[in-house]
Amino acid sequence: MRFKRTRDGGVQADLAPVEVAVLASAARDLLELLTADEPAGPRDPLEELVGLSPGARRPEDPALRRLLPDAYRPHGDLDDAAAEAASAEFRRFTDADLRAGKRARCDAVLESLAALDAGGRLRLDRDACDAWLGFLTDVRLVLGVRLDVRDDDGPEPVDEDDPRAQALEVYSWLGWVQESLIMNLSPRT
Amino acid sequence: MTAPAQLDRPEVDDVVDPDRPWVAIVWNDPVNLMSYVTLVLMELFGYSRAEAHQLMLAVHHEGKAVVSNGTREQMEHDVARLHARGLWATLQQD
Repeated sequence: MRFKRTRDGGVQADLAPVEVAVLASAARDLLELLTADEPAGPRDPLEELVGLSPGARRPEDPALRRLLPDAYRPHGDLDDAAAEAASAEFRRFTDADLRAGKRARCDAVLESLAALDAGGRLRLDRDACDAWLGFLTDVRLVLGVRLDVRDDDGPEPVDEDDPRAQALEVYSWLGWVQESLIMNLSPRT
Repeated sequence: MTAPAQLDRPEVDDVVDPDRPWVAIVWNDPVNLMSYVTLVLMELFGYSRAEAHQLMLAVHHEGKAVVSNGTREQMEHDVARLHARGLWATLQQD
């Protein structure tokens, strides 16, 4: 899977069936992760209208926490408790939009893969490129946490029969796919 | 951040204006591609490719870099936009 720039400012790439399956599965997993811990029950319509999420909590899952990080860290006069309170307040105003944006990108990716179960040519317009870039970023961030990637040289190699081997292969491949997309991205006009 | 090649340590100008005391900071992470971080800084803040590249290298080598400054509200907006793009960002009063 290698992206090529198209004349209309988008990109295209030829996908094998297994590549389509891996990407679609990653998008569904990410949707699930972004939805699973949300408070059950209908939201207050007014809160929904203004994008507030008073029930937003700092995620317990470290991978989800990487996607929805704290906006404040202790610094100077801001001690641990104050940073936590400021981050919680920030979350009330941003959590719903942030999750919705990330979910919309998953939906866009699934839509662009919809007719490609048997493999084939993927065509992305410039807006879809942005959705894909954000999606690839989020999936790699989640896998990076799961694989405990801690330094810039990437994850530690593992044995073939290690349960992490497949995730590691996907992680590396998605990095390559993202680099290929960035290299062929037309500038925003 | 991650990339195939070893790069030289950059010199980065101080972008903080004392009259605009809040800053948005991007922190280094081992997952995001250097090319992606550069692209995001160009698109979100209007940096030239060279400026965005310098800032990206500062994040990479020094562990963090200030990418914008302004009022608290402006910085909250910038941090939210950075989170939307998957960058690890915080704001603080400098």
